[in-house]
Amino acid sequence: MATQSAKPKWTELAVGTAITVPGSARQNRTGDWRSSRPIWNHEECIRCGVCVIFCPEGCIHFDQDQPGYPSADLEYCKGCGICAHECPTACITTQEEEE
Amino acid sequence: MEQRLGLEASIAIAEVVCRCDVDIVAAYPITPQTHVVEHLSELVADGELDAAFVPVESEHSAMSVCCGTAAVGARTFTSTAAQGLALMHEILFIASALRLPIVMAVANRSLSGPISIWNDHSDVMTERDVGWVQIFAENAQEAADLTIWSFRLAEDRRVSLPVMVNFDGFILTHTIEPMLMPDKEMVQAFLPPWEPLLKLDVDEPISMGPVGIPDIYTETKQVQQHLLTQAYGPIVETLNEFAQHFKRTYKPIETYRSDDAEVLLCTMGALSETAMEVVDRRRKQGQKVGLVRIRLWRPFPFEDLYRAVGNVPVLGVMDRAISFGGPVGPVASEIKAAFYHREQRPKIVEFIAGLGGRDVPLSDFGRMFDSLYTTGETGKIPAPTIIGLRE
Ligand code: SF4
Ligand code: SF4
Repeated sequence: MATQSAKPKWTELAVGTAITVPGSARQNRTGDWRSSRPIWNHEECIRCGVCVIFCPEGCIHFDQDQPGYPSADLEYCKGCGICAHECPTACITTQEEEE
Repeated sequence: MEQRLGLEASIAIAEVVCRCDVDIVAAYPITPQTHVVEHLSELVADGELDAAFVPVESEHSAMSVCCGTAAVGARTFTSTAAQGLALMHEILFIASALRLPIVMAVANRSLSGPISIWNDHSDVMTERDVGWVQIFAENAQEAADLTIWSFRLAEDRRVSLPVMVNFDGFILTHTIEPMLMPDKEMVQAFLPPWEPLLKLDVDEPISMGPVGIPDIYTETKQVQQHLLTQAYGPIVETLNEFAQHFKRTYKPIETYRSDDAEVLLCTMGALSETAMEVVDRRRKQGQKVGLVRIRLWRPFPFEDLYRAVGNVPVLGVMDRAISFGGPVGPVASEIKAAFYHREQRPKIVEFIAGLGGRDVPLSDFGRMFDSLYTTGETGKIPAPTIIGLRE
């Protein structure tokens, strides 16, 4: 895909639709078709990191502030619910995205 | 300099590919293309052609290797026929979408089943929409010339698309004909080194062939449609340059004694030469018949077709394949569509001939011309006719 803009005109595409800028996949926000999102209940969370490991998108990170709870980067989270399924304390619930 | 030789079209193609100084040949042998790749592997083994010969395990791999080598900027050639072309099918689209200027000689052969190694155009008609430039040769000289030209066109930076040179299986591949073989200096004076628009290079990394999400796919198809249509200009230009350099002229649509014709027959490929013989004989008998020969199949040369057909009242189209359950003749259906919106349009009569290597003798062309005259007299267009069908 062209790297100039997310929705280029056909005349703006790179030759052969090649990607000419390395690392440009970062520009793609792939979370926009998510239909639900994970919500954390920090009171139950034991910060074990299981959700971080199981997230197939690798989009769960511990927040930098103390004591540091996990949260999902919603620009990449697909709302699959695997984190909620795997959490040993069941402190993650999924909430439907509004239209 | 050129040398007059007697060569099969297959050997002639291999010899000019050698003179084009390709970097790589990746091919799988299949009848009737075999002599092309056999001879190229000999030329590589004998050290006459400094190229890598990749003896792949299938045509799918052959075209995949070709995509990879063209992507790094290597001048790439392959050749196939029939089932081999069908096995390449999915990769053909990728070669054109990625704008890889591969040159491929297709020794046209009928598709199985039943198993047939003989000539018709069912293989190439099935690959009509793959986004390649597609051109047809009528004899060994043309097959060799158009192969040289194909590299020049494919590598033209305004085009940068793959090119398919069609030459009829057996009729051309296995027939020794007199021809002029240019030497390497002459070929290379016409074909400068290729400067790719884009190539895979570890020092300047790019990704070729990424996903095209729904937001982008539509635009990529418009690019292909535009590029292939616009390739017409460079095609005519480079054919003219070829004519200046080699003194042999090729046009998108060729005609034969068509100027004052009462009826015209449209042909494609080697059988056009048989048809010319019949035109000469009929003309001697006082019948004003002529030919329209399609050389360039993609991009389709609409304006050239209109000029060639002119105001003739009856146009026959001889197809070498059947579109089953559809409009019967693939070439005829396109020509009908081309004329649909025109006020001045001929009555179009469809013939299917020469399927799976069935001979099309002079008398069959005679029958086609007779049918065109009958249509002219009665005004009735007959149903598509399979010439020589036993009923
Ligand atoms: S798996 Fe559950 S308990 Fe463990 S860190 Fe993630 S949210 Fe907290
Ligand atoms: S819902 Fe799926 S993608 Fe989103 S954070 Fe949880 S595991 Fe990752």
